[in-house]
Amino acid sequence: MINYILRRLLYVFPVLLGVNILTFVLFFVVNSPDDMARMQLGDKHVSQEAVDNWKVQRGYDLPLLWNEGVSGLSKAQETIFFKKSISLFLLDFGLSDSGRDILSDISQRMWPSLALAIPSLIVGLLVNITFALLLIFYRGSYLEYGGLFLCIALMSISGLFYIIAGQYLVGKLLVLTPISGYAPGTDAFKFIILPVLIGVVGGLGAGARWYRTLFLEESSRDYVRTAKAKGLSDLNVLFRHVLKNAMIPILTGIVVVLPLLFMGSLITESFFGIPGLGSYTIDAINRQDFAIVRSMVFLGSFLYIIGLLLTDLSYTLVDPRVRLD
Amino acid sequence: MLALLWSDILIFLLIGGLVLSAYFASKQEQTRRPWRKAFQSRVGTASFVVLLVFLLVGLLDSIHIKQSESLSPSSEEHTEVVLSVLDIFLTPLRTQIEKTYSAPFSSFAYAKEISLDGTGVSVWTAPRLSYGGAHLEHPQEEIFGDVLQRSLLGLLKGIAAWCVLLLVLAKGPNVVAFINRSVFRKTALYTLLGLLLIIFVTAELVGFYHILGTDKVGEDVLYQALKSVRTGLIIGSLTTLVMLPIAITLGLLAGFFRGWVDDAIQYIYTTLSSIPSVLLIAAAILMAQVYMANNPELFSSVAQRADMRLLLLCVILGLTSWTGLCRLLRAETLKIREMDYVQAAQALGVRKLTILKRHILPNVMHLVMITVVLDFSGLVLAEAVLSYINIGVDPSTYSWGNMINSARLEMAREPIVWWSLAASFIFMFGLVLAANLFADAVRDAFDPRSKH
Repeated sequence: MINYILRRLLYVFPVLLGVNILTFVLFFVVNSPDDMARMQLGDKHVSQEAVDNWKVQRGYDLPLLWNEGVSGLSKAQETIFFKKSISLFLLDFGLSDSGRDILSDISQRMWPSLALAIPSLIVGLLVNITFALLLIFYRGSYLEYGGLFLCIALMSISGLFYIIAGQYLVGKLLVLTPISGYAPGTDAFKFIILPVLIGVVGGLGAGARWYRTLFLEESSRDYVRTAKAKGLSDLNVLFRHVLKNAMIPILTGIVVVLPLLFMGSLITESFFGIPGLGSYTIDAINRQDFAIVRSMVFLGSFLYIIGLLLTDLSYTLVDPRVRLD
Repeated sequence: MLALLWSDILIFLLIGGLVLSAYFASKQEQTRRPWRKAFQSRVGTASFVVLLVFLLVGLLDSIHIKQSESLSPSSEEHTEVVLSVLDIFLTPLRTQIEKTYSAPFSSFAYAKEISLDGTGVSVWTAPRLSYGGAHLEHPQEEIFGDVLQRSLLGLLKGIAAWCVLLLVLAKGPNVVAFINRSVFRKTALYTLLGLLLIIFVTAELVGFYHILGTDKVGEDVLYQALKSVRTGLIIGSLTTLVMLPIAITLGLLAGFFRGWVDDAIQYIYTTLSSIPSVLLIAAAILMAQVYMANNPELFSSVAQRADMRLLLLCVILGLTSWTGLCRLLRAETLKIREMDYVQAAQALGVRKLTILKRHILPNVMHLVMITVVLDFSGLVLAEAVLSYINIGVDPSTYSWGNMINSARLEMAREPIVWWSLAASFIFMFGLVLAANLFADAVRDAFDPRSKH
């Protein structure tokens, strides 16, 4: 077990290095720092002086991979690749292009993201599973066909519409909750309700269908037939056998997204003005702040890989049939 | 004179490829059977017909022609403009431009302004539109009757067109038997009737009203929504064109050769899929923007630039989305390579590439098929989200994402401007719902595990 974890941890490094090199190529090789400076300064006829100035301020004035100007180890260290890319491994994100410390921004903004993401996940999960169980329970009836069509219809609506319609209906017409905004602490509650509700409705179609396939797969197993043959009621079979066994894929499916909850939701956060990491990223994209986008790419893949690792581990914990050696 | 954009050429190549592969598929029993099953389902057939109509709109919009057009009705000056065949069909929609917002079927502008009434007193009213309902003397009283009359005429024309079509198809008056021959025929023809009715009623009304209103600069919203069909189709289809070769080649190689090839390919897709896709797309598009901003001489016109950006978006989406299919194909190939017939081929000394091509590829095609149709609707929806973050298509391109993006601010106006949003909603919902229902039918038919 310990061996396995160690091996998996070692595998994380090459993947992160790959991500690192890829972002480095995207951000510094495809376009030179000079190009970025001109884009940021916004004019085609910017003087070379202004460009150089911009680069010095942000530390982009070093050579890309190899610094001939200095001696010894610092030939490799005094470079953009080392300072801007490798340093990400130590979670040293440096300064954003507008001069703020990215790490402190992230540690501040991840709490609102979590305040939105965790309730969305839990409520969404409960609603999706309940709906999927209902679909299974009424299998073969018109209720099931209606429910399945509803799922496909819900899936076919763009997430943007849910948000716009929800804000308009609940926030503007009914005035039940504020349209957007955020307050720290327990005051956050009234700002969170609407985005959570919209997130749950928007995810219902795809979610319920996914859980339904899980349950369908379980209910075609032999033990379900045996249970029914013993004379157990449908409801009993569903809850005591099918749901229990389907918990394994459900749990592992949740574990993989857990770390990514920190990243927040891009669209929802920016629509509702929640100062989380999602809206942070969107703002950075709109302002073309390359340092922040680069950091978020690295952070995102780091969390994703942690999620994969946790999934593998959770299999061994939940499912006694799986042994890792 | 034809003036095709790059995306036009690609989309016609794609259609050509589809027709060719449909032809080859129809010759082989093992591929014909699942398709026949897909078209035996009513939902599958109906959604397929709806998709075909969307495709027709997109294709008409993809034949661009250079034309000289007068700048204004009165002047003699002509300019060269590039129009698509769809633009020419929709000339009234395209040219009847109002001053600003107007509601659907309205004869009055959204914004009030000061004007002089008959007695020379200045009044604060919404002025009449220059085109919408301009033929009516007293719009408030007459509009209902007029719309009803024209709609009825449109309905009759639609029914007539359908009947003519039936007579031509059935080659004679034996129509009822012709319709009832198969489930496919019956469903397809009745769906077509519904669509024809909608099209003819719309066609009857568009010359006299702005059915879905006009936007901020007075452009007809229906025109915008129809033009956006092409963008949605291109994003949904060309992206898969980019993704398929990568996913198929790497997936088959990894599964078949195993060893270090497998390790390398697994490493590549784990790395790529570990980056949150929106961020990867954002990073790539940002970099492309920097490149385009610094090299403006590469593009001769705004349309070309927008077209390049659209294609670029497809390529980037394709490069970021092949990992899922690749993983599926690898797993399936691992299973198939242990099958007896593959082992036998290997024992007989068949070359490895031939085994891959002849024995393995045809047996994973159902997975490819299912993924392509399932991905299509997701990509159409993704376009809207990406355009909202400003990393989607060019702002000058007609797209549902851009329509939603600009309509977002209009929701705060009083009275609320809802029609741009409604139009993009209706069109997007129609296309995506049809695509999803069709995908479901295809999956049921191709999935060997389904029992129906």
